Amino acid sequence: MSTGRIACLAGALLVFCAAHGDGVLEELPRAADGHPDLSGVWQALHTAHWNLEPHASDFPVLLALGAQFAVPPGRGVVEGGTIPYLPEARAERDRRHANRLADDPEGKCYLGGVPRSTYMPYPFQIIQSEDDIIIVYQYATGFRRIFVDGQDEAPLDSWMGWSNARWDGDTLVVEVTGMNGLTWLDRAGNYATETARVTERYTPLGPNHLEYTATIEDPAVFSRPWTIRMPLYRIVDENYRLLEFKCEPYAEEKIYGHLRKPGTESPEGASSQ
Amino acid sequence: MKYSQLNQFARAIAWIAGVAVSQAGFSQEAKDPLTAWGVPDLSGVYAEFTVAPLERPVELGEQEFFTPEQFAAFEQQRLEQVDEDDETQAGTPEDVHYDMGTFALSENEGVTSPNLRTSIVVSPSNGRIPPLLPAAIERREAVAAARAGREFNGPEMRSLTERCIVWQSTLPPILPRGYNSNLQIFQSPGIVMIQGEMGDPRIIPTDGRELPENLIPQWNGTSVGRWEGDTLVIETAGFHPDTHWRGSSEHRRVTERLTRIDADTLEYAFTVEDPHTWAEPWSGVYPLTEMDALLFEYACTEGNYGMANILSGARAAEEEAAE
Repeated sequence: MSTGRIACLAGALLVFCAAHGDGVLEELPRAADGHPDLSGVWQALHTAHWNLEPHASDFPVLLALGAQFAVPPGRGVVEGGTIPYLPEARAERDRRHANRLADDPEGKCYLGGVPRSTYMPYPFQIIQSEDDIIIVYQYATGFRRIFVDGQDEAPLDSWMGWSNARWDGDTLVVEVTGMNGLTWLDRAGNYATETARVTERYTPLGPNHLEYTATIEDPAVFSRPWTIRMPLYRIVDENYRLLEFKCEPYAEEKIYGHLRKPGTESPEGASSQ
Repeated sequence: MKYSQLNQFARAIAWIAGVAVSQAGFSQEAKDPLTAWGVPDLSGVYAEFTVAPLERPVELGEQEFFTPEQFAAFEQQRLEQVDEDDETQAGTPEDVHYDMGTFALSENEGVTSPNLRTSIVVSPSNGRIPPLLPAAIERREAVAAARAGREFNGPEMRSLTERCIVWQSTLPPILPRGYNSNLQIFQSPGIVMIQGEMGDPRIIPTDGRELPENLIPQWNGTSVGRWEGDTLVIETAGFHPDTHWRGSSEHRRVTERLTRIDADTLEYAFTVEDPHTWAEPWSGVYPLTEMDALLFEYACTEGNYGMANILSGARAAEEEAAE
């Protein structure tokens, strides 16, 4: 048992433990204003990043990648099973799936957008300040500022969108608009467009788990709003901290390789000034 | 002298005298100096740009501050230089450049922190970064030799900035740059976060933890913070060896000190040490001016047409040379 855990079990130090966010928490931390304090590092543990819809296991996108990069199976996270695409939009999803090796923005290290950033296989950190809530995603060092009780609208579209939030009891409800429609929803080609409105709900299930739902409305591609639902898990390692996943170098050959000087190769670990 | 220059000048004089003046349009409501959990409240959006050059002009010797007359002449010269940069003739190669004014990126259009210092560097006393040690010069030459003649072969040969990996001036120590020279500070119990407009979010724990012993190389290094009275002290080490910041090595260590000095202003002080690069540590200081503004998303790699243009331009030049 770690010393942090012992201190937490000492009872009198509960608040101290909660404030530090170290280890497994015994009680739901609350901010000075009484709302849950969602601060901490969280991660989804799911195959949603492969495919939001139910899916059997499958071959990797390149056969040479072998079994360790094959697609693991999942029951899906869409309420009711499948995404209510309009017919042409489903055909577009299928086209994207066929071209995913070239076209998935994740392969290019592009920002993940919302909700995809939440369930990519990387941790993210919520920082709850007195006014706003910040989310920092390890993937591509993505960043969102969430305006609690904010009323403003996006001045222009962006990858991570514009987030206004409100508290509904212990649930943080975030309305996301102003996304540029260039992101995907998963590695299977599921997508929404720049007219999408995403409503996220972060509800504590206890001190170490959140229920995450995201309702996606986009009349350009869906016949009705639809919802995904999954738990998020607090990373309880003591002194855990996000490390950088700055993925630009890993995408350079994919994006710019065709512009390389003929006969030269990408020197692994090449450095420049 | 334009109004903006006059205002700038007045603020510089007031700043050095330690008197708070509010800049038109940017004055802040009086706010509680402490957060709800009892530490100094440094949160806000700040302009990093300041008039003082990083290093002091050699002819000024040990003179730490401009006289008002010297400042006026220095500022006039700087503004003229900036204006001159924008005056290129249409249809010439020189005219193909970022026109900062078009996007309100010119350093004359953002918020500039008042400063009568003759340099950001304050130690050593000549206001200049100490010379590189021989080992550092050798490192720098080895890097240059490895690139020589291959600078345009592929994306990995280009600078970290062109590659959208990092802007060196957003790494600790943060230094003003030509545009988007802004940052935002957020606070939460046990955490301070600094987000540069073109930088990565730096999550700085202030919960008493120390820097880990075995640091994993990070482009932004690994930071821990602590409060010393009203000052946030941040220690950062563990930089990526390919950063080569000003010739330094991965042993670079940076101490930053942030202190609110008036309602609109933080003082940002820093010390850089790397015994593999400089014989002595060196330090700098400059003000950060709070703005009533929002930082917008800086998606660099997503819009990096520059890299494709640089490489395709190099291929075109090679083809032309071969003909």
